[in-house]
Amino acid sequence: MSRIKIRAQQADGVTEVKALMRHPMETGMRKDQSGEAIPAHFITEVAVFHGERAVMQGYWGAAVSANPFLGVRFKGGAAGDTVKVTWVDNQGGTGEGETTIR
Amino acid sequence: MMKLTDSTGLSRRRILGWSAMLGAAMSLPTRVWAWVRPEAAFVATGLDQALAELGGTPTVHDGIQFTTPDIAENGAVVPIRIEVDPAALPNVSKVSVLVEMNPNPMAAVFDIAPDTEVYIETRVKVAQTCNLYAVVEADGQLFMQSRETKVTLGGCGG
Repeated sequence: MSRIKIRAQQADGVTEVKALMRHPMETGMRKDQSGEAIPAHFITEVAVFHGERAVMQGYWGAAVSANPFLGVRFKGGAAGDTVKVTWVDNQGGTGEGETTIR
Repeated sequence: MMKLTDSTGLSRRRILGWSAMLGAAMSLPTRVWAWVRPEAAFVATGLDQALAELGGTPTVHDGIQFTTPDIAENGAVVPIRIEVDPAALPNVSKVSVLVEMNPNPMAAVFDIAPDTEVYIETRVKVAQTCNLYAVVEADGQLFMQSRETKVTLGGCGG
C-alpha cells in the first residue's frame, strides 16, 4: 500500500482536501530505451471520505499526470474530523492517506 | 455423524465465510455509490465518441468555471480546475474532463456526493495544443465549458 500525502483545512463550513499520490501513471503507449512497450500502469479509482461518508468518487484514465494531485472541497467537516483518500490501480495496487481536518 | 448442512442448505463453512466477509466490509468506510467506471468513454479514441458514451452533446453553461493555463510548457503536467456555481447550475452529480487531441480524450470522471461543493483540481497530460472540456451532469442533462491550452512540449513523450 502506497501512502498518500494529504491535507484538509476547514473554513466557513467548507473543507478543502489536497492529496498528492505517488504513481507512475503509465499510459501503455510509451516504449523504454530498448524499444519494449512499457505496460499501462495507472490509478483507475480514487475516493475521498469524510469520516465514513464518501464525498467524491473518481475514475481515472492514464491521462491524469504522474504523481497525481487531487484537490476537492466538500460541505461540512469540523476541525478534528477524519478525512481519508484511497486509490486502486489497474494492476491491483492500492494507496491510502488519512488526516484530521485543521 | 455431525450434520454439516442446516435446513436452509447452507454449510457451516459458508456461513462462517460470509460473516468474515461482512466483518471486513463493515470495517471499510461506507461507499455511497457502487463503482461504475464508464469504460466505454475511457477507451473511446475520439472526442465525439467519448461524449456520445457519456450521454450526448453537452450544452455550454456559464455556471461552470473551467480554469486551465493558456500556455502549458510541459504537456505532461497541466493543472486544471473545475468549479460549479450551485445557484446557476444545481444538482451536479458528475464532472468529467476530456482532452480533445489525446489518444483517448477521456481523462477523468468524478462522482460528486449530493449537497456538497462541486470543486475539483487535478493535473492532466495534454498531448498537443487543443481544447480541453469540462463536462458536467446535472439532473440527467449534460453541460460543458471548454478552454484551449497551447502546449510547448507534448505530454506523451518517450
